[in-house]
Amino acid sequence: MSEIILSAKDIQKSFHDPVDVKILSDITFEINKGEFVSVIGKSGCGKSTLLYILSTMDTEYQGDLFINGQLMRNKKESELAIVRNEYIGFVFQFHYLLNEFNVLENVMLPGLKLNKYSKEEVEHRAMEKLKMLGIANEAFKKASQLSGGQKQRVSIARSLINDPLIIMGDEPTGNLDNKNSLIVFDIFKELAEVYHQTLLIVTHDQSFAANTTRIIEMADGRIIRQ
Amino acid sequence: MSNLLIKIAKELLLARWKQTLVAAIGVTFSISMFVTLLSFMNGLNDLLDGLILNRTAHVRIYNEVKPSKKQVINLSNQYKDSYNFINSVKSSSSRQSIYNTVAIFETLNKDPRILGYAPKINAQVFFTYGTLAITGSINGIEVAAESKLFSFKDYVTAGKAIDLKNVPNSIILGKGLAEKLMANIGDVVQINTTDGNLMPLKVVGVFQSGLKDLDLVQSYTSVATAQKLMGKSNNYLTDIQVKLKDINQAPKIAKEYALLFDCDAEDIQTANSQFETGSTVRTIISYAVGVVLLIVAGFGIFNILNMLIYEKMDTIAILKATGFSGMDVKKIFIYIALSIGIFGGLFGIIFGFGFSVIIDNIPFNTPSLPTIKTFPINYKSTYYIIGIIFSMVTTYMAGFFPARKASKIDPVTIIRGK
Repeated sequence: MSEIILSAKDIQKSFHDPVDVKILSDITFEINKGEFVSVIGKSGCGKSTLLYILSTMDTEYQGDLFINGQLMRNKKESELAIVRNEYIGFVFQFHYLLNEFNVLENVMLPGLKLNKYSKEEVEHRAMEKLKMLGIANEAFKKASQLSGGQKQRVSIARSLINDPLIIMGDEPTGNLDNKNSLIVFDIFKELAEVYHQTLLIVTHDQSFAANTTRIIEMADGRIIRQ
Repeated sequence: MSNLLIKIAKELLLARWKQTLVAAIGVTFSISMFVTLLSFMNGLNDLLDGLILNRTAHVRIYNEVKPSKKQVINLSNQYKDSYNFINSVKSSSSRQSIYNTVAIFETLNKDPRILGYAPKINAQVFFTYGTLAITGSINGIEVAAESKLFSFKDYVTAGKAIDLKNVPNSIILGKGLAEKLMANIGDVVQINTTDGNLMPLKVVGVFQSGLKDLDLVQSYTSVATAQKLMGKSNNYLTDIQVKLKDINQAPKIAKEYALLFDCDAEDIQTANSQFETGSTVRTIISYAVGVVLLIVAGFGIFNILNMLIYEKMDTIAILKATGFSGMDVKKIFIYIALSIGIFGGLFGIIFGFGFSVIIDNIPFNTPSLPTIKTFPINYKSTYYIIGIIFSMVTTYMAGFFPARKASKIDPVTIIRGK
């Protein structure tokens, strides 16, 4: 019996403009703590849309979403921001690092926003994460001076800073070459196996998905296999 | 928490420091112009007001020539219940001098609201010059009191004011009058009073008030000489000019004295109401120009912040994705706008002060204003405070709408768009 971290119940979403198009229907599944889940499916099957609903950034859907047992419906925008800050770590296809800040500050930002630890502690923790990902040497460089693979590792470090319940990834290896893809995958694998970090990764890379512990396959807005 | 937002705001600002600088210069320019304009305008106001107001008594006590309000028939018991119609009431030959001056002086000396007073005798005379008789007026004054309260000394451009007291039977002529009489210092002029008294007086000085019409007819002598000239005793006075500590109390005190001393008393506000109107209009104009300048600067800030938001879409999106709320993003942009306002405003008042000092040192010589050497400037701190407040209010307004827009950016559309 493991702990349920995220639970989606009968999630539906449609676009109404110009005609009603159903994008997601009857999405029901649960993610347990420590699972390394990948969501696969063809382009346009709605897997990214689902991810953004699960991430609380997209609020226009029907159905219920529970994160850490809390119902996300009817929460205010600022409350959802707190949920994202505390429980969810993001890794996107594009790194989205802030060029105005150095690497360490980029990693620290969500931690400072959470305001749970003092600035020194957050800095220390950020350094730990960077060390874990093997990029501690780059900590004081500007984000723009890093290579693509390094940037993606920094954004993984940023997603880890608040010890989130779950890390969500939207094609995190989509922009990387094979070598870097492998490095990123190994990091995810290590997080899952060594640190029991829960991960939910959207990808269309079959080989990536094949190595995860659970695969959710989608087609035409429905889950066809899980 | 807000420290973090301020830090982010600072980094965003510094990343586009050139645009920020341009925006801040806009604010600086308008605030400095605002401060300079107000200082200069009010300096001019003070100068023009001072031209009249500084030389005018706040309360003037005198006896006006007018028909008596109490006609004899109204006092009669026999016709008490009747309406009495009297046509063509004339002024009687009542005396112009103030009654009981000694008692008035005693009261004035005790009154704590009063800065000082100067007695005066006002008389119409003829200046005889060859066969010509030029009309004019002569004021018997106490030079020391008059100089202290009404800066009489400053307007004496030739000779010494104090000689009026030291030299017996002396006179100081208005510049225009002196030219008309071709009288220089040391010359003697003949004075004819309306009663027919003739008296030679020695010219010891020339004064220039800045009002040409006044300089053509006015002249000054000592109180004692004026009494002698009029053939009156040494308690004869026609005016007592009172200067108050607070000019705004003048109407109230004037009423009080008129009742107390049973004479006429006129306050400065009634006597010179047109000056206040002029000052008010000039002040309104300067404020209007200043506000317009600030609004223009505000549009500049609005534009720059809008551009910044388009450039920083990614940053806003990721901040929101990692847990910053719309409110936090809004605050960041408000902080950016306000810091432009504060720095622009601060430099604005510094430059405004600089410009004021420069204007204050530009020579401004005009024959009608002998005491003025440079352009007048009023360094009142109020203008600087208003300038800072204005700059912050305008930049806040300019930042508000872009900030609201930024707070409403949907991170999903931006992140998925890549």
